[in-house]
Amino acid sequence: MTQLPATTEKKLGLVIDLDTCVGCHACVVNCKEWNTSNYGAPLSDTDAYGADPQGTFLNRVHSFQVSPPEAPAMTVHFPKSCLHCEDAPCVTVCPTGASYKRTEDGIVLVNEDDCMGCGLCAWACPYGARELDALAGVMKKCTLCVDRIYNENLPEEDRVPACVRTCPAGARHFGDFADPQSEVSVLSRARGGMALMPEQGTRPVNRYLPPRLKDKSLREDKALTPVGEEPKGFLAWLDKALEAL
Amino acid sequence: MHPAPSVIVFTALSGLGFGILAWLGFGRPDVTGSAAFALYFLGYALAVGGLISSTLHLANPRNATKAFSQWRSSWLSREGVLAVAALLVVALAAIGRVFLGGAPAWLGIVGALLCLATVFATSMIYAQLKTVPRWHHPLTPALFLGYAVAGGALISGDGRIAGVLLLLVGAAQALAWLQGAALFADSGSTAKTATGLGRFGEVSLLEPPHSGGNYLLREMGFQIGRKHADKLRVIGLVLGVLLPALLALATPFGAVWAGLAMALHLAGVLAIRWLFFAEARHVVSLYYGYKAETPSVERKTT
Repeated sequence: MTQLPATTEKKLGLVIDLDTCVGCHACVVNCKEWNTSNYGAPLSDTDAYGADPQGTFLNRVHSFQVSPPEAPAMTVHFPKSCLHCEDAPCVTVCPTGASYKRTEDGIVLVNEDDCMGCGLCAWACPYGARELDALAGVMKKCTLCVDRIYNENLPEEDRVPACVRTCPAGARHFGDFADPQSEVSVLSRARGGMALMPEQGTRPVNRYLPPRLKDKSLREDKALTPVGEEPKGFLAWLDKALEAL
Repeated sequence: MHPAPSVIVFTALSGLGFGILAWLGFGRPDVTGSAAFALYFLGYALAVGGLISSTLHLANPRNATKAFSQWRSSWLSREGVLAVAALLVVALAAIGRVFLGGAPAWLGIVGALLCLATVFATSMIYAQLKTVPRWHHPLTPALFLGYAVAGGALISGDGRIAGVLLLLVGAAQALAWLQGAALFADSGSTAKTATGLGRFGEVSLLEPPHSGGNYLLREMGFQIGRKHADKLRVIGLVLGVLLPALLALATPFGAVWAGLAMALHLAGVLAIRWLFFAEARHVVSLYYGYKAETPSVERKTT
């Protein structure tokens, strides 16, 4: 069913706080660990110990330098995974019906039993959220850990995506954007949550919280101004005493 | 975008094959018997050969038959359905012309329209992608159809029509190249919109997420040197358009001349189609440090 549902009951997704993320890549590692051993084909690596190691990942952390016009540059660590778009272009291009968006919670998934590995969905995604597995030959993408969030065999605190559960900085939040009172909706409203590449018309569900501005003193370039030209008092005596040596 | 040989061969061969079958369907040339057999055989060999080549790039081809199921939303699925319908309907007309001395005109026309619809569906696989601004343009379907119709015209027996059509498609191609480089910038996607951080200032990649390659970079990070691109443009236009047009307009245009013109045309289209993929940029490259070009600067530096 590669036609998109008009609406979904829930809109499950992530809030990623770019102010808090420290770029440790723990979410990348835990995502790989969980998703290589659970839903669907494993996330393969090729030449893992050789000269050109490559592998399939569902979540990757880029690091950007942002240079404001009149302030020091800042580093922004930028985790990127599927944004579970409401108008997901990856779903409608799929010729086999393997890609679909769930009506109940809005998660975009791939049924690997139907995927023929043509790669067109990865071309249609502006965010690079889909990677074709080199060994399995089927398309892999973030499942929002669909096999954790509803899994009653797990303790309740573990029923969130692996990336959210593992983040040591608390930079990732999981919830239902269809509920205006949910933690993610409140957080996104309060901090001006952003959609990525809105001009692509994909209507992503995930939101990114912009970094807070840095301290004012630094921004005004005061950090390195000299405190005085000539030393006075004790410092003047010390200056003289050291000269005399 | 990675210029995968299987997809380049597929679009070039099947485009020409369906073009030939379309001209036969419209009754130009109106042939029967062994002449019809030879021309239908050529059309089928190219169209089917191209379609088989297209399955070579599938990573999991055992599910390929499922690709006929999603024609409601997917251009790739529509292409599959239309290709099979076209080949079946054209086969009926071909049997009539080759073995029974003729076929109803309407049957030929329906087959011809299905052939053109198939080529249009192929072009829309690329033209629908907002993520590749160079492809997301009306000239993409216009050129795919143009090459099919102009290349197919080489079997029509009418050198003047073939020559004029070739020159027209060459002009459209030149127009597409002239404006192609600016389309990425025009799409509005930049590192600023990709990260949402543009409100703070300039955004540049400090560290990529991985030191090695990955699927995205293999598939969408392909870059071609400007010098090579210019050479290929000249080769493509000379082989694909100018020489066959010259042969079509300036020779008696019998079977030998037409065959030579078609061979040259196909070689040129392969070069042009290679460029179609190699020069196209995907917006995901913005996350990997690619700066959208402004045409005047980009042409000097790459």
